[in-house]
Amino acid sequence: MAEEFDIKKHSFVPVHIKLTEEEAQKVLEEFNVTKDEIPKILISDPAIENLKPDYGDLIKIIRKSPTNTESTFFRVVVNG
Amino acid sequence: MAENITKKVDSIQFSMITPQNIKKMAVAKIVTPELYDREGYPVDGGLMDIRLGVIDPGLRCKTCGQKLKECPGHFGFMDLARPVAHIKYVDMILKFLRTTCSQCGRILVEDEKIKKHLENVSLAEKERRYKVKNNLVLAFINSIKLIKKCPHCKAKQKKITIEKPSTMLEDGKRLNPIQIKGRLEKINDADVSALGLDPKFARPEWMILDILAVPPVTIRPSITLESGERSEDDLTHKLSDIVRINQRLFENINAGAPEIIIEDLWDLLQYHVTTFFDNHIAQVPVARHRSGQPLKTLTERIKSKEGRFRHNLAGKRVNFSARTVISGDPKIKFNEVGVPLVVAKELTIPEKVTDWNIKWLKELIEKGQENYPGANYVIRPDGKKKRITEETKEQLLEELQPGYIVERHLIEKDISIFNRQPSLHRMSIMCHKIKILPGKSFRLNPAVCTPYGADFDGDEMNLHIPQTEEARAEAEVLMSVQNHIISPKNGLNIIGSIEDAISGLYLLTKGLTFTKENAIELLISAGIYDKKMRNSKDKVTGKEIFSILLQEDFNFVGTSKDGNNVIIKNGSLKEGIIDKALVGEDNGQLIREIYAKYNEDVGIDFLAKIFKLGIATLLYSGFTIGISDSDIPEKVDKKNEELVKKAKKDVNAIIKIYDEGKLESLPGNTVEETLELKITEVLNKVRNDISKQVSNTVNEDNPTIIMANSGAKGNLLNVAMMSSCVGQQAIRGKRVKGKMHGRALSIFKKNDLSPEAHGFIEKGYKKGMSPHEYYFGAMTGRDALMDVALRTPKSGYLYRRLANALQDLRIEYDSTVRDAEKSIVQFKYGEDGIDISKSDGGKINVKKIIKQIQGK
Repeated sequence: MAEEFDIKKHSFVPVHIKLTEEEAQKVLEEFNVTKDEIPKILISDPAIENLKPDYGDLIKIIRKSPTNTESTFFRVVVNG
Repeated sequence: MAENITKKVDSIQFSMITPQNIKKMAVAKIVTPELYDREGYPVDGGLMDIRLGVIDPGLRCKTCGQKLKECPGHFGFMDLARPVAHIKYVDMILKFLRTTCSQCGRILVEDEKIKKHLENVSLAEKERRYKVKNNLVLAFINSIKLIKKCPHCKAKQKKITIEKPSTMLEDGKRLNPIQIKGRLEKINDADVSALGLDPKFARPEWMILDILAVPPVTIRPSITLESGERSEDDLTHKLSDIVRINQRLFENINAGAPEIIIEDLWDLLQYHVTTFFDNHIAQVPVARHRSGQPLKTLTERIKSKEGRFRHNLAGKRVNFSARTVISGDPKIKFNEVGVPLVVAKELTIPEKVTDWNIKWLKELIEKGQENYPGANYVIRPDGKKKRITEETKEQLLEELQPGYIVERHLIEKDISIFNRQPSLHRMSIMCHKIKILPGKSFRLNPAVCTPYGADFDGDEMNLHIPQTEEARAEAEVLMSVQNHIISPKNGLNIIGSIEDAISGLYLLTKGLTFTKENAIELLISAGIYDKKMRNSKDKVTGKEIFSILLQEDFNFVGTSKDGNNVIIKNGSLKEGIIDKALVGEDNGQLIREIYAKYNEDVGIDFLAKIFKLGIATLLYSGFTIGISDSDIPEKVDKKNEELVKKAKKDVNAIIKIYDEGKLESLPGNTVEETLELKITEVLNKVRNDISKQVSNTVNEDNPTIIMANSGAKGNLLNVAMMSSCVGQQAIRGKRVKGKMHGRALSIFKKNDLSPEAHGFIEKGYKKGMSPHEYYFGAMTGRDALMDVALRTPKSGYLYRRLANALQDLRIEYDSTVRDAEKSIVQFKYGEDGIDISKSDGGKINVKKIIKQIQGK
């Protein structure tokens, strides 16, 4: 029973994608920011555990939005 | 005012002050407790030394050569005969002593552990996660506390305890500040970092003072009393105590006095230095004046409500402002504020004298302070301010010339800023033009009560008069009422027609007709002179009168409150009735449309005119309600009574099922809850049925119905409550519950579940309620009152905390939301990047835009 439940498949958990180095660089350039100026996500966050993240990786999150149909968000992986 | 900026602050580093730095910035060494010599001149090397700055007019600072108010003051220093602990760092000193070896000064863990800890700390610091860093350091310190042996030099560690406030004991034996300092000096830089300090800016031994910075006299000025006697500042008193004890300690040490005497004096020095920093330390007796009043030393100057932050920095007071009770005046414009004469004579505007206005200003000076409009002060070009009185008047008139400034009384059309607390949104403070009125209250148009959240039950408001051209221009352009009709919270108009104006417009556009003369009379009584009648027929309809206020190129299709179309073509109202949904506050489609199509000034002009027109219509046609207006035909009354009877029967049937134990519970509820739900459902339904009955029968010309239908005030339920049935009274969303032996009042049977025993009022207000019904009505009334009184402060505080947390957030030009550090909070504002105040209720109405472009 417990094994069947995968939290990442719950409809409340938005899609998390790990960006490649080039993609990440593009995002940083688009918003003209450094990595410490964008929101953070803990490396231990269950939502990204199967992405095998490393410190400093950029995670793209695609959420449902009440004002827009979809919204993208970026977080940088940090140590907690 | 603005001086040339030669240096710009790039960053600020807080650090402990080093003894070297104290010496470096000091301009004088303080050696004597005397303040002044026999002539009353500051003594060299005393606490009032003129090298430390000047506080007497006429004297020049010996350090910088500037006069009073120019010289910023300079620090001095004092050599302490024996070092003392800085009271604010005692806890930190203790931590350092406990975590390091008493012999070799290393942290009491192995090198690898220190290294690993240092890595973690520097990572946290690099990522600016200071809370994490602090917790790391705290955990590290706590893990060391119990280690008894130094892993580096194998020395045994004794237990260090503290005897408040500042005495350290090692195995019960006292450690004096010299010994402590010696140990702290031995700690190497890496170990200091591991314990959470940056050794570049804060070495532990700096927490023990052997040199004391003496603050400049400019921050502790003495006051000359009327008797000519000088009264020194509390800080000066405390410093002279320190100097005195310090000297005695020096003398005793040099004279080779017994250790016990020296230690006593040393303790005394510690006490004085401690109270110099903070006079409210637990276990330290408070230093007092001779009068017994506690001294206000450094910490007291900063801390608490009377301290620098809350009193001086956060709590600013202003001049050129007034506060009084507000009252309503529907005849003044939206962007005007009625100001009483007494206020207009007190508040002034500085008017620079030029060739063009000198004649006018001379007239004002001639009038003086007492007569309106006059002037209160004349300011000469050298900055001297002269009061205008009967005596000075003539002389001032003579010498007045361009370059002078006259502080004249407020006159009409002057710019002012009007505000009502709590200032929860930007519409709480807006720019109004002055209108001088008799009386003693500020007057404002009732329609602008909404943005301020004001009513006239005793509310007071504040008025500010901007004093410079820039301030006035800024206030007028950015803060005028007409710029704040559209609220940024939902894109709807926060200002609109209210109450009588809506009723009036509703009646006008519903079907009133006038002769041409009467129509013109109506318009003039509404204060509309500048519009043209578009046709010259003998009969004029209300719709045509309303159309006169519209722009000729204005087209509009909207929906009125009852769901019918309202069509305006080429500036004339073709179809539909104007009501709350078109011109009301929060959902006035018509107002927003005009505001969007033309500009703010046209918008507010239109709003003001329809407001006046509505009221004038009511005055013209007459509008009143009486008791008979809530009359209903006998037939309907009978039917309503039957409806109530049937409902009661239904409820009794449900109760019967429950009593028999056959009631089945709804999912997630107990049987009792189900019963309550079912009863409440039946009773609420009956009231709605009755209100439907009432609305079907009453005349559409009935004033109460007009008010309800137009959205001016009230609704059909209120009408039904008056005429037939008040309905179920609820306390906290439930039927009134009996708390005395299972009943609400002693006239009911115990555990009676019937509607009447639980607050169902079956009669209407007009017929009158029975005593127990009245009692239930009072219960809910009080419950609602308590609810409001208790909830407002709570929600107000929640809102304040939210506003303070979000206050630095702003939308940058790339439509990201960032905080004060320019870190991103939202990648696109609101996730859709829409400016709500420019949208159509938070959305973009694409169809409408296409239509507009197509020109339809």
